[in-house]
Amino acid sequence: MALASVCGFKLGNENSYFGLDVNGPMGVPTWDDALTISEKFTVPCDIDLQSGIYKAFTDDDSKVKIQFHHGTTTLAFRFKHGVIVAVDSRATAGPSIESQTVKKVIEINPYLLGTMAGGAADCMFWERVLARQCRIYELRNKERISVAAASKLLANIVYDYKGMGLSMGTMIVGWDKKGPGLYYVDSDGERLSGNLFSVGSGSVYAYGVLDSVYHWDLSEAEAYDLGRRAIYHATHRDAYSGGVVNLYHMKQTGWEKISQTDTTELHYQYQAEKEKAKK
Amino acid sequence: MAQLGQPLSDYQRPHQVHFSPYDFNGGTVLAIAGENYALIATDTRLSQGFSIHSRESPKTYSLSENTVLGCCGFHGDVLTLTKTLGARLQIFEKEHNKPMPTPSVAAMLSTILYYRRFFPYYTHNLVAGLDEEGKGCVYSFDPVGSYEREVYRAKGSASAMLQPLLDNQIGGKNQQGYVVQPMPLDRCIAVVKDVFTSAAERDIYTGDNILISVITKDGLKSEKFPLRKD
Repeated sequence: MALASVCGFKLGNENSYFGLDVNGPMGVPTWDDALTISEKFTVPCDIDLQSGIYKAFTDDDSKVKIQFHHGTTTLAFRFKHGVIVAVDSRATAGPSIESQTVKKVIEINPYLLGTMAGGAADCMFWERVLARQCRIYELRNKERISVAAASKLLANIVYDYKGMGLSMGTMIVGWDKKGPGLYYVDSDGERLSGNLFSVGSGSVYAYGVLDSVYHWDLSEAEAYDLGRRAIYHATHRDAYSGGVVNLYHMKQTGWEKISQTDTTELHYQYQAEKEKAKK
Repeated sequence: MAQLGQPLSDYQRPHQVHFSPYDFNGGTVLAIAGENYALIATDTRLSQGFSIHSRESPKTYSLSENTVLGCCGFHGDVLTLTKTLGARLQIFEKEHNKPMPTPSVAAMLSTILYYRRFFPYYTHNLVAGLDEEGKGCVYSFDPVGSYEREVYRAKGSASAMLQPLLDNQIGGKNQQGYVVQPMPLDRCIAVVKDVFTSAAERDIYTGDNILISVITKDGLKSEKFPLRKD
């Protein structure tokens, strides 16, 4: 430090890395090297994240465009026998299909599931953080965390990053002392409890199918079929959705994976049903 | 700070901040997981716009005896990322007295990428290697660390040309009655050479040579294959 000032090298405002105005929150250069930085959130020096400057490199007209994977149709509903979670499996980056085999149901622990819509990495990372927090809660309190508390943990975490470009719409599904639980949490900080939610660009189509059939007293088989049907119809109309339908059932004994069905298979199955009904 | 109602002096005027920390240097990587091997191939061209900087710059980086990283996009970020990964792996090896298993490398890379969520590395990444059972494994990443294990994957500038060919030749996608069988290594290498040759024909950012690295339980072997010379 002394050597730096003797040499006339002033740290701080006059020598900011990028020669920008340094009154921002990250105004002072740090001495973190690439290694320590790999274990912390890092931002360019002097950039106010909430000013939206960094959107410049995700914008459509940017020369260099960084496209993140996005997830799409997810749904969950509570009914007599627990909670059904159904999701598609397509990830897109802009118009390109990056994967048809994404696991959009995130298994937080045997009694908690999260769904992925919005930024794939955002959901994956923060629900992993949530899984850690839930495990710590269990160890400290000798009992499982409630769905309400788990969803609130996640909502509070992402609220801290509000305005910084996170994108996630998720449903936290679980079973606790109060029975089946279903919460919708998103990156704006919204958190709602309800019986039926659908999230993602295909959600409008899924809601259409769900609302026409859904009621509390559905049998298990009816509920499974409804979940698959709603996702299938969303994949049919929404280009950002597709792949396979993954279906989970949250029961008192924890979650169970019920099925994984290719949408092509469902298409021909439903087509045959229509033909049969015509006759 | 200027007070309300007072005119701003020259240097206090709002100004547009110019900040473009990224560039695109092209390059394509491709990885395939076999029954007892993993293959990862890359072209060796490094360019910027229409000018070619290097014809001998492969985009694969061997991280340990049985893990190879494929990393392309902005070369500056590639350099920092590979340096960081190398250091983290060395620390792990010194602490645990063994190299980090490939699935763990993938998990670590995911968090390293995510910690740059608000100033991302502009890199497309693939990790190829052998899992704990000795089976070939390939992990593909988006720029901010969303990742997935896959059987075959192309990333980078010509990925949209390679991936459909792989879907057809290896995945047997949407072909009725196609039984997906484990692919022998020699056939795998032949497919890789074919798809890269095709990509070099149509993508200006892919060309010169391909470097094919094969990871088996006996270690890493590399082979160079020339592409067309323009």
